Amino acid sequence: MITLLKNGKLYDPAHGKDGVVEDIYIHQGRIVPKPLDNAKISQTYDLAGKVVMAGAIDMHSHIGGGKVNIARMMLPEYQQQYQQRQAQELKNASDPEAHICTPHCSHHATPSATDTGFRYIEMGYTAAFEPAISPINARQAHLEMGDTPMIDKGGYAMLGNDDYFLRMLAEQKNKGLDQKAINDYVAWVLHATQAIGIKVVNPGGINAFKFNQRRLNLDENNVHYQVSPREILQSLSKAVHDLGIAKPLHVHCNNLGAAGNFETTLNTMSASDGLPMHLTHIQFHSYGTEGDKKFSSAAAQIAEALNKNKHITADVGQILFNQTVTASGDAMMQHLNAKHANPKKSVIMDVECDAGCGVLPFKYRDQNYVNALQWAIGLEIFLSVEDPWRIFLTTDHPNGAPFTSYPHLIRLLMDKSFRNEAFAKLNLDAQAMSNLTTLEREYSLYEIAIMTRAGASKLIGLNDRGHLGVGASADITVYTDQADREAMFSKPDYVFKNGELVVRNGQVVKVVWGATHTAKPAFDLSVEKELKDYFDKYQTMQMDNFKISDDEISDDGRGSVIVHKQ
Amino acid sequence: MNNLSSPTQPTTATCPACGLLCDDVTPNAAAAVSVKNGCSKAIQFFEQSFNANIDASPSLAGKPCNLDTAIKAAASLLDKSKSALFAGLGTEVQGMRSLMRLAEKTHATLDHMHSNSTVRNTLTMQNGGWLTTTLAEVKNRADVILAIGTDIATSHPRFFEKAVWNTESLFNKPTPEVIYLGVPAEKTKAGTAPNGTTPTVIDADTGNLPEIINALNALMNNKKIKTDSAGGVSVATLTALLDKLKAAKYAVIVWSAGSFKFSHAELTIQSITQLINLLNENIRAAGLPLNSGDGDSSVNSTSTWLSGYPTRSRYVDGKPEYDTYHFSTSKLANSCDALLWVSTFNPHSPPATTAPTIVIGHPATKFERQPDVFIPVGIPGVDHTGQMFRMDSSITLPLEKLRDSKLPKLNDVINKIEAALSNIDKASAD
Repeated sequence: MITLLKNGKLYDPAHGKDGVVEDIYIHQGRIVPKPLDNAKISQTYDLAGKVVMAGAIDMHSHIGGGKVNIARMMLPEYQQQYQQRQAQELKNASDPEAHICTPHCSHHATPSATDTGFRYIEMGYTAAFEPAISPINARQAHLEMGDTPMIDKGGYAMLGNDDYFLRMLAEQKNKGLDQKAINDYVAWVLHATQAIGIKVVNPGGINAFKFNQRRLNLDENNVHYQVSPREILQSLSKAVHDLGIAKPLHVHCNNLGAAGNFETTLNTMSASDGLPMHLTHIQFHSYGTEGDKKFSSAAAQIAEALNKNKHITADVGQILFNQTVTASGDAMMQHLNAKHANPKKSVIMDVECDAGCGVLPFKYRDQNYVNALQWAIGLEIFLSVEDPWRIFLTTDHPNGAPFTSYPHLIRLLMDKSFRNEAFAKLNLDAQAMSNLTTLEREYSLYEIAIMTRAGASKLIGLNDRGHLGVGASADITVYTDQADREAMFSKPDYVFKNGELVVRNGQVVKVVWGATHTAKPAFDLSVEKELKDYFDKYQTMQMDNFKISDDEISDDGRGSVIVHKQ
Repeated sequence: MNNLSSPTQPTTATCPACGLLCDDVTPNAAAAVSVKNGCSKAIQFFEQSFNANIDASPSLAGKPCNLDTAIKAAASLLDKSKSALFAGLGTEVQGMRSLMRLAEKTHATLDHMHSNSTVRNTLTMQNGGWLTTTLAEVKNRADVILAIGTDIATSHPRFFEKAVWNTESLFNKPTPEVIYLGVPAEKTKAGTAPNGTTPTVIDADTGNLPEIINALNALMNNKKIKTDSAGGVSVATLTALLDKLKAAKYAVIVWSAGSFKFSHAELTIQSITQLINLLNENIRAAGLPLNSGDGDSSVNSTSTWLSGYPTRSRYVDGKPEYDTYHFSTSKLANSCDALLWVSTFNPHSPPATTAPTIVIGHPATKFERQPDVFIPVGIPGVDHTGQMFRMDSSITLPLEKLRDSKLPKLNDVINKIEAALSNIDKASAD
């Protein structure tokens, strides 16, 4: 059975195709070369004039695991409001004017697993990656992702605040470095948690909070272990590099959300000694202290540094105005920020000598100086970073905004007058502190395809996704080219998942279940000897139960594990 | 490729008898059941499980029948129902997944048998949030443990052995001081340290806890209390208690919502969480809410990611609704038009109801009135594998299969009932 997608305009940056009219042939879930003339084509879609891209890949979105579920449980009113809006088919009357929504922009910050899969595929996204799996909570994350239909998924395991690693690093600081031991532990965690990358959140800080430290700077020591965030970043980025996994160390810098934190961010770029690092939701880490309100945009400095430091990649974590919830592993900074929660409630957790968690609802308002400037800072970064292969489109769902806002964000990037109109409605003091209207750039379809497809796939190491070349998994999205880019990206004409038509006119027509992407580099199994001893002495579960088998993901007959050879 | 070592023969099992989910137990199904590392609850659980009849037959109104007949009868009752109640819900993650799908298709309301307790905590969390911790943090960091209205050990017998009296900890902390507030003195033995140090016991009626906790908060806020005592506890005692908490490096406050059998207990829990928040302005402190068991943590977590809501929820035309007040078993037992009672860990009996009743549960379940349909199913962690959430909710553990059994799995039975429904909504998600 061969499916032919005929005459579409292909935006396939992995192959340098920028609007090239070409046919695509699909066989057994993959893109195949043009078959012989006598081959039977069982179905043809005439895509003349349509925009064809690979399925989009969200490389950073909190879609599963403890803190997401805490957010759902803490905020039943979000879903109730969402359902009321849906039922009335009305836009929320209190929507800030600067955010003009389509009906698809649901603002549902805490979707269920089912909703998550449906809303992603309806926008043409065919994969999303949970960026903050605390290893001890990985089983829950995979259970939730296993119940997320339609899309592929995967996750990054958090290290760098776990007592096992910090104890090892502290010991090595005294006795001499043993990078191999670190590498083996990192690889073991990747296997045990079925993850594809390693993340560090507020390096050392979440752990320090458990020792009653309230802030931790890049070169400040964790009071107990006497190791600094810089040393943690050096060690982990080296491990990730040595193990040869594609995904660079995923770094949520110290000092999340604090005025003046851009210096920490700039300094962090040098912490890996030139090895690749990815700085996540960099918007939240690009704040200066200028002006009357001691809060200003440092987007220009950050963008300049990103342009210069070719070993650094970043995703933006754009905020958009409305009610959402921030769910982070950064218990230290979330505890500090709990006073800003709106509505006023927060869940903070210390988790099992492994990690932390902080969940606070947040309402970004366009008339609030700080919020308005956060919005502008994100866009300034997008527009000032020159290389679209090194900057990624995220809202840090749900922290900056729900992922359902992506079409709106794409329009802001592609349509200068739309952007400037929105800017003109912001808090006036914030307008005075931003150079956004001087930035003339408008992203092209090709650049959007880089940020949301080819670049994301390359970053994570998904060799057969994110492009339209022969051999690729046939995850393909087809749009009608419209001047209103928000309308265009909200509602694809067709989405194919593994070659099957699953969305037509923005509506799911077939339910499918995606795979879980992992990386499993080789390591020395003897690492388990010390780990077992550690689990027996200090943890409250057996080491063997910490490990998640492939069967746990595939036993329900829907899930499957894909191991990416690096 | 998977380089991880995998034990071929699990030597230890995970015990689902309480929320601690101890995964170092080795049950022995000999004539006299023994459980290595097992506590009193574990022994009782595995005895009851191993003695259960693995050949138990399904029945219709007490008359034995085959499984297919029972499944068809159950599907037929649910087909006819417009407002079914799925109650009990004593199951693990996989069982709950299947129950959620069936509930969506039959527009049923879902309520767990221990929701009365769970809801007190959930309402607190939804109203103001909280700051909590998990067992390994307690084990390695806690230096003061305050148990409010709960002796802990009755519901979670190995808590002290596993997380308090451990001789090895990561940071060489001292053995924690244990303080009981509002717990009868005779129930505080588990709080005596191995070296003989007895716990501090502050005697108070559980019913006075609202007043006592509020007084603690007032003192914490540097407010003067004009009386000598609050809720029967002297202000001097409360001040001394606060001083101990304030001097701690990592204080842990434990409560069991199930023990708070007074009205509006959620307000007292909120008062406890406020106290914890205030303590965290200067030291580190955290709460540790205990659960009630029978899979309550697992069921509520699973429900939340599948529908967006914990239990006391229902589906109306595919849309989930949530109401902790109206959707309780006690409110709906007589107004529902079909009751599906699930209790797989323990042979808990269904509540009295005039509605047609389907029971899917433990083979040893006893009935005052035979249900219309009874399908005995396997016990998770004994007859089949599964996944369960520990009482601290962040940790999920696999359950082992310990014996060959003819008893079907709950989720297989539920999936077959779903397939046998005649009014399946073809357009729905799964």
